[in-house]
Amino acid sequence: MSDRTSSPLPTAAALTTAVRSGERTAVSVAEEHLARIAAGDDEIHAFNTVMADQALAAAAAVDEKVAAGEDPGPLAGVPVALKDNMCTRGVATTCSSKILEDWVPPYDGAVVERLQAAGAVVMGKTNLDEFAMGSSTENSAFGPTLNPLDTSRVPGGSSGGSAAAVAAGFSAVSLGSDTGGSIRQPAALCGLVGVKPTYGAVSRYGLVAFASSLDQIGPFAHDVTDAAMVFDVIAGHDGRDSTSIPEQLPSMTEAVAASQAVGIDGLRVGIVTELSGRGLDAFEPEVVAAGAAAADALAAAGAKVDEVSIPTAVAGLSAYYMIAPAEASSNLARYDGVRYGLRQPGPNTASMMAASRTAGFGDEVKRRIMLGTYALSAGYYDAFYGKAQRIRTLMISEFDKVYEDFDVLISPTSPCVAFEFGAKADPLTMYYNDVCTIPANLTGHPAMSVPFGLGAHGMPVGVQIMAPAMQEADMFRTAAALETAAPALETQGASE
Amino acid sequence: MSDTAPSPSGTEPGSPRLSTDDVAKVAQLALLELSDDELNTFTGQLAAVLDLADELNQFDTDNVAPTAHPFGLFNVFREDVPVDEIEGGDRAAELRAEALAAGPDVEENQFKVPPALGEAP
Repeated sequence: MSDRTSSPLPTAAALTTAVRSGERTAVSVAEEHLARIAAGDDEIHAFNTVMADQALAAAAAVDEKVAAGEDPGPLAGVPVALKDNMCTRGVATTCSSKILEDWVPPYDGAVVERLQAAGAVVMGKTNLDEFAMGSSTENSAFGPTLNPLDTSRVPGGSSGGSAAAVAAGFSAVSLGSDTGGSIRQPAALCGLVGVKPTYGAVSRYGLVAFASSLDQIGPFAHDVTDAAMVFDVIAGHDGRDSTSIPEQLPSMTEAVAASQAVGIDGLRVGIVTELSGRGLDAFEPEVVAAGAAAADALAAAGAKVDEVSIPTAVAGLSAYYMIAPAEASSNLARYDGVRYGLRQPGPNTASMMAASRTAGFGDEVKRRIMLGTYALSAGYYDAFYGKAQRIRTLMISEFDKVYEDFDVLISPTSPCVAFEFGAKADPLTMYYNDVCTIPANLTGHPAMSVPFGLGAHGMPVGVQIMAPAMQEADMFRTAAALETAAPALETQGASE
Repeated sequence: MSDTAPSPSGTEPGSPRLSTDDVAKVAQLALLELSDDELNTFTGQLAAVLDLADELNQFDTDNVAPTAHPFGLFNVFREDVPVDEIEGGDRAAELRAEALAAGPDVEENQFKVPPALGEAP
């Protein structure tokens, strides 16, 4: 593990141990985090809504359980932040869009219920690129989030607010959603661990839909152990999500502990040639070097490392930008000013709907809706959406075949470290941020990002670990080994 | 490898693939209103993204089935049980009231919209 004693930020594991043992109260932990939010979030803008009263009440309930000798749950007293596309009963859920600015859900999402049942304390709702469409949080209708490590730079996106909340110490852990890299890329840019579970491992009940066959909820954390603890709480079958996987996953907390105890001797690790970034101008040399150094570190730890080619991996970005907008154009058709959300006046129903959608959606959302509408329209369906769906089939079979010989695959997470605001104003340049992360969304496989040293401008670099469906345990084992081998970071980290 | 990998510099805006008329039609289908400036800007940007589809044509997919969902799920069913039987009381009425509370214009337990045909007086 990297040196974490120089930083003032405690891990979720340390906090919940202190709360469960009575060494600290959950209320004092919540107050400390609320004080940091009050002092710092005017600048960072990690949160759309801070839930101070609810957080203190939830923390007091945890303290009562501890005092009464009851089990307060595995995340007792741990401050957690939720991306503002996860429904919270009685608390605005905006998706950082004007069209949902005043919408208050009448129910909690499944992950919210699970976190609360585990004793976690919800601190608030975090900023995102509108409807999770973007890689910098610059597309939020309520203004961007700043990277706490360097406020002239973006935190990544779309879950930039959730990443910034953890990096700034506003919450110990947080949840994001990942449709093409929206957890892993901001985790990399903020020096955090970020996990996209197997599609269907975590219930999407109460997650506002962007691209339903790709969306998945997962955690941000300071270290692999914290990420595993949150994963274990939020994963599991839910009958309210028809895509929820019935099989039970093993404990990731135990997988991490086992890796730390016995290592990864014999683990088969593949470097994906097409995602390595070698020879590509869009990849920063420090990022490519970090990917190679991570492979060396895993080999030194006893893994069997080989290079492997997955030809369709290069088509991931293109296929994604046909499939995700197509699904989005369908999902976002529900915002019409009739049943909830923004309504603008119009002389008839159609003009009212068009006026409401035109005023309520930002440019990136409009681009994707139009792109998807086009890709699905008569005469173009086969050439765009249909072709992309067939590429998706090819990609899944190629990855499945490679996984016969490898337990996990690695690559850089993002082609670059955190960039300055406005640096990627051209949509295609922005889309390219997700070139390494998109394949796991198309295949449905799990993937995560782990910090591995610093790159340009002293900003953190993330390394991505991918694994076959439902094989998160091997992914977490690898992550724990990488964390142990990672160069110490002077600028960030958490202490026990 | 740079000749096969998707690159942000490998595409040119304003592809003949997409005209402003195409985009105007798509915007109308999607119930979005665009100014002339927006129409021109969006047309160039959308054409550049559609050019990405050329990357897909290097792969032969003639005998490949499409994938709509990564794990090919079948329909999942549950029993349709009235919520009052599950939660007791008059929960259905409460839920109806909560759902209607989010409506921009509500009358007699219904969402109200301007005329569907013609125009409001």
